[in-house]
Amino acid sequence: MTKPYRGREELPAKTSDKTKGGIYPMKKVLVTAVAGLMAAAPAMADLVFPSLSYRTGPYAAGGIPFADGYADYFTLLNERDGGIGGVPTKLLECETGYNTEKGVECYESTKGEGALVYQPLSTGITYQLIPKTTADGIPMHTMGYGRTSAANGKVFSHTFNYPGTYWNGASGAINYLLEENGGDLKGHKIALVYHNSAYGKEPIRTLEELQKKHGFELSLLPVDHPGQEQKSQWLQIRREKPDTVLMWGWGVMNQVAVQEAANIRFPMENFIGIWWSGAEHDVLSAGDKANGYKALTFHNVGRDFPVFDDIQKYVVDTGKAAGAGDQIGNVLYNRGMYAAMLAAEAAKIAQEIHGTKDITAAMMRDGMEALEITEEKMTALGMPNFGPAFSVSCENHGGTGLVGVTQWDASSKTWSLISDFKPTDMEVIGKLIAEDSGSYASENNIEERCN
Amino acid sequence: MLYREAGDFKTTYAKDNQTFPIKFDRMGYYTALVVAFLVIPFVINDYWANAILLPFLIYAIAALGLNILVGYCGQVSLGTGGFMAVGAYACYKLMTSMPEVNIFFHIIISGGITAFVCVLFGLPSLRIKGFYLAVATLAAQFFLVWLFNRVPWFYNYSASGQINAPERTVFGIEITGPNTEAWATYLFCLVFLVASALIARNLTRGMAGRKWMAIRDMDIAAEIIGVNPLKAKMTAFAASGFFVGISGALFFSVYLGAVEVGEAFGINKSFLVLFMIIIGGLGSIFGSFAGAAFLVLLPVVLKIVGVDWLGWPTDMVAHLQLVIVGGLIILFLILEPHGLAQLWRVTKQKLRLWPFPH
Repeated sequence: MTKPYRGREELPAKTSDKTKGGIYPMKKVLVTAVAGLMAAAPAMADLVFPSLSYRTGPYAAGGIPFADGYADYFTLLNERDGGIGGVPTKLLECETGYNTEKGVECYESTKGEGALVYQPLSTGITYQLIPKTTADGIPMHTMGYGRTSAANGKVFSHTFNYPGTYWNGASGAINYLLEENGGDLKGHKIALVYHNSAYGKEPIRTLEELQKKHGFELSLLPVDHPGQEQKSQWLQIRREKPDTVLMWGWGVMNQVAVQEAANIRFPMENFIGIWWSGAEHDVLSAGDKANGYKALTFHNVGRDFPVFDDIQKYVVDTGKAAGAGDQIGNVLYNRGMYAAMLAAEAAKIAQEIHGTKDITAAMMRDGMEALEITEEKMTALGMPNFGPAFSVSCENHGGTGLVGVTQWDASSKTWSLISDFKPTDMEVIGKLIAEDSGSYASENNIEERCN
Repeated sequence: MLYREAGDFKTTYAKDNQTFPIKFDRMGYYTALVVAFLVIPFVINDYWANAILLPFLIYAIAALGLNILVGYCGQVSLGTGGFMAVGAYACYKLMTSMPEVNIFFHIIISGGITAFVCVLFGLPSLRIKGFYLAVATLAAQFFLVWLFNRVPWFYNYSASGQINAPERTVFGIEITGPNTEAWATYLFCLVFLVASALIARNLTRGMAGRKWMAIRDMDIAAEIIGVNPLKAKMTAFAASGFFVGISGALFFSVYLGAVEVGEAFGINKSFLVLFMIIIGGLGSIFGSFAGAAFLVLLPVVLKIVGVDWLGWPTDMVAHLQLVIVGGLIILFLILEPHGLAQLWRVTKQKLRLWPFPH
């Protein structure tokens, strides 16, 4: 039900009809076609989840596992539970190639089909869609990316970025360093290697504020899209010898950075990436030299969760796995699955609040605003300790902002959580969020909600 | 039978010089205008506007601009993306610093600013030609993108480096911002496209255009017969920059609403517009339209056929699109270097003689 493969099934039927000839096979084709139509008819009432994925282009390495995880979780819900609250889900996949124009095209082509929530997985497309989704009344969930100040639900009514934002990430990295260095970062040199785009520039403000507070030295090293060329940046790192390198990278930039760090023999345990720079494909190409590389995270890693048994049983073994089916258990696959889980849970809450199974986008938004993820809930879903427990409210669309740290083990080729989900400096972040969302509100004449 | 000059008597010079000398063509042109202005606005929806018509209208303006420079004046440019960025950022700065002025004028002024920048970067064309000029304009592309990323003044010091179009109205109807109606944005861009096409057509068939073409065909010969290469080349850069700037301003303010320079105006954009005029036809107004329509529609059509009808995986369709566009460019360069416009001209020639081809 999730993937409209009917057309493909029809093709061989037609060819066999040609080879055999006669009326009977023709009838059979008609019957299958009618059956296909009947199967498609109840699709009108499905819960539609568009997936603006990118399986092509320089960022495909990250886009594929996320899209697979997102799709597989909804397939699992359909196969195991018959959908959400008994209503089957339908995934509309649309290829954006991480390109904003295609993102707009995808948004326009899917929004009329009853789309409940958008997850564009691109900060550029997010900026594009924030005003559009708000005007169309469709919620958007930008999990750990997008515009950080959208965490302020008073201004951004239809945008959510729970369970954590870039600024939580920046603060989480600094907190981790504080912990490692006995609570003192005076004179500590930190270099930020970042993707020279809206995405990469996000943490700078927060890091600058934290710099004032903790007294470390910050140097900024932008890397231009797509990020294959980083020789000069790493030469500078080699010269300046920072104690820690933070990275805000995505796509091919990550692999190159890890490789370059290995080339200048930068100690990997002092190299920390954001959650978009910490997947298997980012470190595998550097081999053993990548051992010890760290990345932030807001969800757990690995395959050691009961939900993967269900995915194996209901999705993989039945041949319904999305894509090539080789990404299961990867960091970004887990993230896609986590995003789907949060969307499904929000849909369940929306069904409860409004007392109807066939929810609309507006109801979905209410569900997302009332979302509460607890440890019991995650355990019941077969995902114990998969992410932090958090709740969303009208004012706070960003969750609690707990950040963990993972580390890469090159010999066993696995990521493992080395620091549990811990709170970040909400005092600094809250102030920045209020400031940035305030300027957005005044630019766009938005009145504050939740009063 | 219908497609004849014969019997359509022209009694004035103006009539003799008109763009569509054949009545059938003229009727087609007027019908197209009527449909575009009076029918489409009533049937348009968000999907048609944002996925197909707006990109087509805006890219057609950019293609017109580039066609003046490359197709008419023979100066190869790979800086279109950068010049579109100039238009977009000029429009953004104007919109935010002078909100009381109508967006309509902002877009025209953005075109003017881009024309000026384009002339600056066109100066090397006085000394270098061909590939070397292409490299010089390529440098403009990278420099401009770098500039808009590097200098925070251009994006009003926003934390993300993005520019966002605030809400602006024309006659009280919203043109930019999230709450626009599909028909309003469509008509707004259509007005700019029609005006641009009229100006471009009249420029290219007048004295300026003839000078450009003389320079294109053989610059030394042109100089000998009295064409000032400095003036001719600079006016070509200015006219081209004006249209490209307008398209960049519309692209940012009306179509996308939020833009990040490296992503929206990268080198890919320069190539896309160049491919449009190559496939459409160098040195042809119609070619600019045809090329823009072709390259805007192709991915959409492929997606609808491949993903929605045949149920193929989305990534395969996206890859297929790259293969098809690449193949088409090679095919056009080999089989029909003058592009779709030439196919159209050949068809018209055949139509004139039909049904007696000899």
